[in-house]
Amino acid sequence: MMRFVVIVLLVVLFGAVKLPAELALSATHRRLHFRAVEFDPGLREQIGQLGFVAALSGFRALVADVLFVQAHMAWERTEWGRVLFLFRQVTTLQPRALLFWDMAAWHMAWNASAAALRDPAQPRLALRIKAQREYIQLGKDFLERGIRNNPDRPQLYEALARLYRDKDKDHEHAAEFFEKAADLPDAPSYARRFAAYEISYCEGREREAYDRLHTLYSAGEKERLPTLIRRLKDLEIKLDIPLDQRIANPVP
Amino acid sequence: MTKPRYRAFSFGRIAALTANTFTELSRLKIFYVILLFALLLIGSSLFMARLTFQQEFQVLKDIALGSMSIFISLLAIVTTARLIPQDMEDRTVYTILAKPVPRIEYLLGKLAGVVLLLAVSLAIMSVLFFLVLKMREQTVLSDTLRQMKDSPPDQIADALSTVRASAFNVNLLSGIALVYLKGCLLAALTLFVSTFATTTIFTTVVMVFVYLIGHLQSIARTFWLQTNSAGWITKLFLACVALLFPDLQLFNLVDDIVAGSPIPLALFNKTATLGLFYTGFYLLLAWTVFYRKEL
Repeated sequence: MMRFVVIVLLVVLFGAVKLPAELALSATHRRLHFRAVEFDPGLREQIGQLGFVAALSGFRALVADVLFVQAHMAWERTEWGRVLFLFRQVTTLQPRALLFWDMAAWHMAWNASAAALRDPAQPRLALRIKAQREYIQLGKDFLERGIRNNPDRPQLYEALARLYRDKDKDHEHAAEFFEKAADLPDAPSYARRFAAYEISYCEGREREAYDRLHTLYSAGEKERLPTLIRRLKDLEIKLDIPLDQRIANPVP
Repeated sequence: MTKPRYRAFSFGRIAALTANTFTELSRLKIFYVILLFALLLIGSSLFMARLTFQQEFQVLKDIALGSMSIFISLLAIVTTARLIPQDMEDRTVYTILAKPVPRIEYLLGKLAGVVLLLAVSLAIMSVLFFLVLKMREQTVLSDTLRQMKDSPPDQIADALSTVRASAFNVNLLSGIALVYLKGCLLAALTLFVSTFATTTIFTTVVMVFVYLIGHLQSIARTFWLQTNSAGWITKLFLACVALLFPDLQLFNLVDDIVAGSPIPLALFNKTATLGLFYTGFYLLLAWTVFYRKEL
């Protein structure tokens, strides 16, 4: 009896010591965006009983990899619906792996959207364009969700900026996301330059673009790339900059 | 004639028990597990030829660290579960405890033997993993150099540094250390269960359930602390789960490490301290049950 009481007391004492430590560590995990898989019954239906148990048992990366390889094979067979279905699971299981968000968005916004536009089974162009836009939107959704899960890393901001730039010709949004990427640590040096390029295409922001590009130009030879010089030359003409204030480089 | 001096606690006796347990366990066929690990690593590289190098490294690291976690947890449970029942069956435990060996030393020696075995196994797995990773890195580096031979030197240097950054990451070592700590705490918990269990199979089955519950403990804890609508029986059950079981999800940082998130030193230290605390507590619990057990 005495031993039983001692054990119960030990367990209570153990709980009293470990509980605050566990709560503090969980809070740190949340702050650092380390996520365990969400306890979502919908996920169980998607990945099956065994996969769900594996995911909850600390093997979510392995399950995510298996699904990723399946998605890769579905892409090779151009089964876009399955690619989307599998990437949704992969990104739910591994929300901190940028590669998965980036690949999912790339497959949807570039590959699936291009395939939808050339779909021989759909004779009506309007419907093909509609399907193309839907796939591009799916690509954006992946990147936006990826950014919400990884707000501290520049790669997905940059991918979203490229998507706005190349697929929508939406320079305002492209500039916004290149700028956000440039503000983060470990951002590539070109992000700031790309943001300035995109601003230079925005109606009414020419002066701002000129100032930014000029600042970059003044930073040294390394920044004086052909596109930057070309954009500066265009803006000098557009803004009617006095000749003595224009840059000396010829148009590349 | 002087009587040899008896010490109430002796590291020498623990070391002897540790060495004996380690030798006994290493004669089992557990090293087939390591062979399986190597085959898994090599086999997984077959389909990786279809992926880009970043995908390849990510999948390789996921498979390697995931397998380490599975095999070390399995090793910890299976090898510890058979220690006490086997000693009773072989009657070795009577020979040992008939000598002036305190029961805590016996348990400590047994646990240290398993912990040493886990360290050796994990070290072999890590060396294998880093070798495969290095070999794949070298292949990708030489491919990159060949493909970019006409590019400017700064672009080549940039590409090579991207490949190197995708391959080895110093955070992998902290991930492996946490896998080890999880193995140690599972071994201590298995030792505790085996002090009152009668068979190895019972201990192993119980530990499989404990393993699953340990990974869901944080959910039980959150429900217990934040849900007011649950009945008192549910709350009592959730409280028992939250108080007694370890939160094993806290040790699963390898997924985040592979995904590229650095693990701050403070977080690693706190997790390691918690792991040692769990291990110490379960050993203490095992001793509480074992010290007056009728053998």
